[in-house]
Amino acid sequence: MAESFATGGVGDAQLRYRDDEPCAQPAVTVEAFKGQTNATAVRLESGEDARELLAMLDRLTLVVVHFPAFTDGRGYSAARILREAGYAGELRAAGDVLVDQIRYMRRCGFDSFAPDAPLDAAAVERALGFYDHVYQPTVDGQTPVWTLRHGGDHG
Amino acid sequence: MYQYDKYDQSLVDSRVAEFRDQCERRIAGEMTEDQFKPLRLQNGLYLQLHAYMLRVAIPYGTLSGDQMRMLATIARKYDRDYGHFTTRQNIQYNWIKLEDAADILQDLSTVEMHAIQTSGNCIRNISSDQYAGASAEEAADPRPWAELLRQWSSFHPEFAHLPRKFKICVIASDTDRAAMRLHDIGIQLVENDAGELGARFYVGGGMGRTPMIAPLIREFVSADDLISYCEACLRVYNRYGRRDNKYKARIKILVHEIGAEEYKRQVEEEFAHIKTLNLDPPRAELERISEFFAPPAFDAEAPTEVDLSDPDFRIWHDQNVAEHKNPAYAIATISLKPVGGIPGDATADQMDLMADLAKQYSFDECRVTHSQNIVLPHVRKADLYALWQKLDEAGLAPANLDLIGDMIACPGLDYCSLANARSIPLAQKISQRFADQQRQKELGELKLKISGCINACGHHHAGHIGILGVDRKGVENYQLLFGGSGAEDVSLAKITGPGFTEDGVVDAIEKATDLYLAQREEGERFVDTYRRIGMEPFKEALYG
Repeated sequence: MAESFATGGVGDAQLRYRDDEPCAQPAVTVEAFKGQTNATAVRLESGEDARELLAMLDRLTLVVVHFPAFTDGRGYSAARILREAGYAGELRAAGDVLVDQIRYMRRCGFDSFAPDAPLDAAAVERALGFYDHVYQPTVDGQTPVWTLRHGGDHG
Repeated sequence: MYQYDKYDQSLVDSRVAEFRDQCERRIAGEMTEDQFKPLRLQNGLYLQLHAYMLRVAIPYGTLSGDQMRMLATIARKYDRDYGHFTTRQNIQYNWIKLEDAADILQDLSTVEMHAIQTSGNCIRNISSDQYAGASAEEAADPRPWAELLRQWSSFHPEFAHLPRKFKICVIASDTDRAAMRLHDIGIQLVENDAGELGARFYVGGGMGRTPMIAPLIREFVSADDLISYCEACLRVYNRYGRRDNKYKARIKILVHEIGAEEYKRQVEEEFAHIKTLNLDPPRAELERISEFFAPPAFDAEAPTEVDLSDPDFRIWHDQNVAEHKNPAYAIATISLKPVGGIPGDATADQMDLMADLAKQYSFDECRVTHSQNIVLPHVRKADLYALWQKLDEAGLAPANLDLIGDMIACPGLDYCSLANARSIPLAQKISQRFADQQRQKELGELKLKISGCINACGHHHAGHIGILGVDRKGVENYQLLFGGSGAEDVSLAKITGPGFTEDGVVDAIEKATDLYLAQREEGERFVDTYRRIGMEPFKEALYG
C-alpha cells in the first residue's frame, strides 16, 4: 500500500511514495549527465542502458525512466537494474504510465510517477490493493510465497 | 497433480477481482479499448471475428476430472456447448460475452484454474509432454519444474510487457512430443555425470512467419539456478528484443541477429549478476511441488496382458495406446479427430464423459496434447476394453493417433481475425478423403498440420505435410509444404511451389502420398522418404 499519496504538485510527479524532499533539479539526458558533474537528476530513454548510470549512482537523487508507450517494457528492467545495484534515490516512471501498470512498476522499484494523463487516484489505490501475495522476490522487499511456505519471513 | 495452497488460491482470487474491476472500468468508458486490450489479453480474452474468445490455461496440459467437468460447464453456461483444445494444450471458447468474462474466471477459480497470461506479450502457459509421469523413458517427471516456472512467470512484474509473446516448454525425454525446440525457451531435463537432474536450455525457437529451431544455449542448469537463469534469458530479451517491428519481435529474431553465441554470452553475464540476488526458491519448494506429482498407487496385482480378440478394439489399441512405465498400465489417447470433424473440438457432453472416464480409469487425471487430443495417462490394461467401448459410443474412439486423420488445424477464418483462409473445412475434406482406416494405416505416421495464416498457429512448418492458407487476390489459396517435424527429428518444412485451391490441395496431398507409397523403402515414414529422395520427385508429381 501507499506510504504516502501525493495528489500532484510534487516536482513533476503526480504520485510519490517517498518522504524525502523531491529533487529540485531538472532531469538531464544521460549524455549531459556524464558531462555535468554537479547534476543530480537524469532522464533515461527506453532504449538507453541503465547500466551506464551505475558508475555515477553516488551523485544521483532522481532517475526519470521514460515510457514512450505503456507496452514498452524496457523501463521495468532498467528500474530493477538500478535498484539491484543499490540505487536508493527517487525512481520515477514518466510518460505513458497507466493505472494498471503501477503495481508492477512499484514491484520493480519505481517510487514516483509522472503520467502523461493524470490518473484516477481511487483506481490506483484499488489496483494496488488487490493482491496480498507475490510469487517472485523483486527489489520491493515483499516476501514471496516461496519463502512463506518454508518458514522464512523475507526474500 | 498439483493442488493449490492458500497462497495460490489467493493469487488467483485476486486476479478475478482485479479483472472484474478492469472490465467494469472498460464498460464504464474509463479506459480506451487500446488501454484495455493488453489487460484483457493477459486474462485470455481476445476479440475475434464474431465475438470474444476466451483461452483458459491448462498448465502443462494436465487437468483433473473436476477441472475437465468445469470446462464442460463453462461451455454450456457461457458458450455454445463446445470448446476447442489448442496446440498450446489450452482450451478456448469462441462465443464469449465481455460482461460474462469475470464470472467465468470466478467459476474457473473454484477448481484451481484461470486464464492468466494465456495471451499478450508476456510469458504464456508452460507446455509439456502429455506422457509425463507415465512414460518409461523420461529422466524425471518434467511437471514439477513446469509448475515452478508457472509460479515464477505468473504476475512477473518485469516481464509483462515483453517485445512479444513468450512460450516455454519443459520435457524430460529424448522423444519430443511437445515441439520443445520450436518454443522461445525449450527445456529438456537431463541428468549430469553426478546423477543430478538439471535443465538443458534451448532458446530462440518458434514458428510464425520466420520459423526457427532453437539452438542449445546451455547444457545444464541446476535446479538451484533455474529461476535465475530464466530471469537472465528474459531480461536480455526484454532489453534488447526488437520493438520496432511486431513481426521481428520474438526472441528467435534477437538470437538469430546477434547469434546464439553472443546471446549466450549476454545471458551468462546477466546470470552472474542475478545469481547474487538470491531469487531462486529454496530447494524445498521444488521438493514440495514434486510430492504432488508422485506416481499414483498402481495396482500391483493387475494383469499385464490385454485381450485383443475384438478386432475393432484391436485397431484402436494398436494405434492409440502407448506403453506405460508400469507393465500393467497403458497410456490411452482419445482422438478428437473424427472423420469430417473439427480437429480439437469437444462438446460439453464429451468433456463430461472424459472427466468421468479419467476418474474411473486414470486416477482422475487427463492431459491435453499439442496435437489437440486428450490423453488418459494411467489406464489399467485390464480396463482398456471397457474404456474403448465407452469412448466408441460417444464418438471419441477414432483410431488415428499420428496418422493423416490426426491432423492439427487452427481455427482459421471461420473464427480468427488474423486468418487469411479457412482451415476447418479443408481439414474436414482431407479427413474425408483419407477416411478409410486401412488406407490411413498403410500411410503410417503422417503428421499433417494446417494454418490459416502465416502466424502458424496450426504448426504447418512442423508438419510432415504442412498447409498454409493465404489470401491470393481475395481468393483462399493453400500452399503445400513437406518435410517438417516438431519431434526429436525437428526440421522445418519447405514449400513445394505454387499454391492450390481448397480442392486442389486435397488432390495434391493424394498425389504426394501415392508417390510416397511407390517410392518408400522398408520402414520409412512419409517424411523419411521425402528426406531421402528430396523435393524434386514430389514437385514432378504435383506440377509435372
